[in-house]
This record gives sequence, structure tokens and C-alpha cells, in this order.
Amino acid sequence: MRNRVAKGPLIPYIFWIVFFVIAPILLVVYYSMLDLYGNFTLDNYKNFFTPVYLKMTVTSFWYAILITFFTLLVSYPTAYFLTKTKHKHLWLMLIIIPSWINLLLKTYAFIGIFGLYGPINAVASVFGIEPQQILFTDFSFIFVAVYIFIPFMIIPIFNSLDKLNPTLVDAARDLGASPFTTFRRVIWPLTIEGVKSGIQVTFIPALSLFMITRLIAGNQVITLGTAIEQQFLVAQNWGMGSTIAVFLVLIMLASMLLTGRRAKGGRV
Amino acid sequence: MKKLSTPAKIYLIVVFIILYAPIFYLIYYSFNSGGSMHDFESFTLEHYKAVFEDSRLLVILINTIIVALLSSLIATILGTLGAIGIVSIKNRKMRNTLLSLNNIMIVSPDVVIGASFLILFTMIGIKLGFTSVLISHVAFSIPIVVLMVLPKLLEMNPNLIDAAQDLGATKREVLTRVIVPYIQPGILAGFFMALTYSLDDFAVTFFVTGNGFSTLSVEIYSIARVGISLTINALSGLIFIVTVLIVIGYYFVTHRTRPANGGVNQ
Repeated sequence: MRNRVAKGPLIPYIFWIVFFVIAPILLVVYYSMLDLYGNFTLDNYKNFFTPVYLKMTVTSFWYAILITFFTLLVSYPTAYFLTKTKHKHLWLMLIIIPSWINLLLKTYAFIGIFGLYGPINAVASVFGIEPQQILFTDFSFIFVAVYIFIPFMIIPIFNSLDKLNPTLVDAARDLGASPFTTFRRVIWPLTIEGVKSGIQVTFIPALSLFMITRLIAGNQVITLGTAIEQQFLVAQNWGMGSTIAVFLVLIMLASMLLTGRRAKGGRV
Repeated sequence: MKKLSTPAKIYLIVVFIILYAPIFYLIYYSFNSGGSMHDFESFTLEHYKAVFEDSRLLVILINTIIVALLSSLIATILGTLGAIGIVSIKNRKMRNTLLSLNNIMIVSPDVVIGASFLILFTMIGIKLGFTSVLISHVAFSIPIVVLMVLPKLLEMNPNLIDAAQDLGATKREVLTRVIVPYIQPGILAGFFMALTYSLDDFAVTFFVTGNGFSTLSVEIYSIARVGISLTINALSGLIFIVTVLIVIGYYFVTHRTRPANGGVNQ
């Protein structure tokens, strides 16, 4: 679309970008170079490259990758089957409803479900398995995180599958492609944008989770998110917190470049 | 269209069960007269009564709803205007820069947004509380609205705007009579998405809320850190019913408009 509309609508939007996107990033960078007393220093960066923080970064990454992988594994088939149902938009709505229930409530439910006297252990004891603490383990942490992210991953994938022209699939089948080849060569490449945005909305939040980490994993799992919260709100060391945030932003930018859709400037 | 195979149906059913199980689990134990989320003793409504007697909790609930509705509304207006503005930019580099900045906010981790807003508000001198929470929610909802509206704008046929202008429409009329009605589904989707994010947000609010102001997420977090309270279960039962009602309403509203359009096409 060429320039036919006034520039007026852009003004509040640009104001927002300057104040709430650019300024906060600059402030975080500035604070990362301050010590506890507001003096200029690079000690925070030196601290970050000690084994404690490096190990934490690697663990965070590993958990985020696992969470994203399992979320995609569950979500893609779900989205695919959903597009094949009769009232697909109704079913999609039903998938979205749980995501409307407060995140904290769902996490809170899992404290009961995975608890020592919870239903999981009750079922296990029927099969003669001793009740054990499932809460505060890696499994419970990853399970709850995947549970939380599933609807957010399904939506973009559903949308791209929904946009997919079904005649393309028919054509592939008519030309003799097996279902698997059709999927690999036609459906998957055409829905990869949806998958990418799904990964974007899962991976980065997964990297910085701190609420689920605290409630479900106890203090077993420490991620970058937990560390930032700790530094900002408990230790009151905004400098170190900002430094970790800077690295989190850098990782985020890297992953954006990897999964970023190259905006093809309007294909009109 | 092909019908779903049985394994596919079973798969979907299992996913649905897993998605809903925790919610129904919460609601089930909200009727438990025992004080815990195991060993159902007997049926009671005392926890529901407790919700309505807990004025502090009710205030928090109202706060949460006000923040969500207000922030989504403001964000929808600003985001829609922003998307229209972005599309009208000729310079490709400029347009891509704006889109990247927009995306930065979307992919930014909540914790970083929360922490940086905390610094921002402290620096400008905005008191932590309702205002800071509302501004934050508007700020993180805008890019979501932009992303929901943008595809609709891009698929719009530019000839429609040409036609309107040839027929003598002013720029304002082009906006309100041609563009907005066309992209309306995107705007609606953006609003609901913003609402979802706002109601669901914990991390950003947790950083920028002061001592006096609290939203539901922050409140539940502090309760859950201590232990289990069946009042929260009762509350989740109520929230679930309200959510389902809103969704049904939304579904009917969007579906009633469709036959009308179909009628025009025929």
C-alpha cells in the first residue's frame, strides 16, 4: 500500500516506542554499569563471567529448549487436527479458554496435583508405587511450563494452518506424494512462519520464568529470570540485576534474528 | 473435507482433558469442607461465601478487571493507529525498524520488561501503584494489537482506498469508513489478545506494583508461597464461569455478523 493515509496515526505510536521500548533498554544498560552505591563500574560484567552465573545461563537455556520442544511437539498436531474439525473456531476458542484462566491459578492447581497427597500419587499408589514428592523436581517444572505455553503455541500454528490453501495439499496427493512427503514438503514449509512465532512466544518467556520456578521447582531450579527477580526485589542490587537483564536481551535478540520473519515489506 | 481419524480424535480429547483437568481439579476441591486439596470430606459452599465476605480480595478482583479492560482499550486504539501508520510508511528501512522495535517488546522477557519499567517509573517519579500498573499493561499490549491488525491491513486491496478517494472521501472518512471496518476482525482479535495478556500477567505487575496496590496474580502468588487456601479455589471457580460466559458471548457476537456478510455476498 502506498502513502495514502496521513502520518497522524503514527505520532502516539512513535511516542510509545521511544518511551517504553527504547528508553527502558537504555536505562537497563546504564544501570548495569552502576554498583550498589551508584558509582560507575564494570564489576557486574566481571561477575557475570564467573562460573556461578555462566552455569545458571546454561541451565536456563537447557530448560527453555526442553520446554519449547515439548510444547511444539504437543501443539503442532493439536493445531493440525483442530483445523480439520467441523467447528474449528469453536474448538480453538475452547483451547484458548484455559489460557484465560489466570496463570497463577493454574500453577497453584499443580501444587495440589503434584503434591505428596495429590491425585497423581493417589493413582500411582493403586499400582503399588510409593507416594513420592513430584513437586520441586525438573519434571514438574517442565510439565507445568509446557502446560502453560501450549495455547500460546497453538494459536499461531493454527492460524498459519488455517490460511494454508487445501488445494495445495490435494495437488500434492494427486501428484503421488505420500502423506509424510506432503507434510514435509508442502504443509510444514508453508506453516513454518506460524511455528516460528510459536517458538518466539515460548522460548524467551521460558528462559525468564521465575514464578513457576519459585512455586513449582522450589529453589531447585534457578533460571536467569529468578536471578533478576532476586537481584531487583530481594537483594536490591539493581546493577547486577540489570547486567543479567542485558544478557537476557542479547540472547533474545539473537533468537529473534534466528526465528525472525524477514518482513517482506508488503507483498502487494 | 476429510473426517478426523480415531487416533486424531483421541489425541485431541487427551489434550483437552489435560488442559482442563487442573481447572476442574481446583473447582472440585473448592466444595471441600476439609481444608486441603486432597481427601474430599463433604460438600460445602463456605469457601464461596468467604470470597464474597473478603472485601480485600474483592477489591483486588475489581482492580484486576479495571486494569485489564482499560489497558486493552487504550492499547487497542494506539496499536491500531500504529499499525495503520506503519503500513502507510513508504520508506522500507524505516518501516522495518519500527516493526523490529515492535517485536522487541513482544519477545522481551516479562522479567526484563518489569525490571526496566521499575527503573523507568522510579526515574520519572511515577508512584508505584494503579498508574504504574496500568501504564505498563498498556505498554506491553500495544505491540500485540499491532501484530494482530497488521496482517489484515496488508491483505487489504489498496484499490478500495483509491476508490473511496476517487469518490470524494476525506482522509478521515477513508480511515473510519473504509479501513477500520475492513480490519475490524483484527482489531477485535487484538483487543481480546491484549485482555488475555493483561489478565494473565504476573511478572511485569509484580515488579511495578507498590505496597498498596495488588492484582489477582500477585495476590495468589503471595498466598501460594505460604500454602493452600480453598478461598482461592472458590475464586477460580467463579473466574472460570465468568470466562466461559464471556467466551460464549464473544463467539455469538462474532458469529452473528457472519451471516449478515454472507447475505450481502449472495
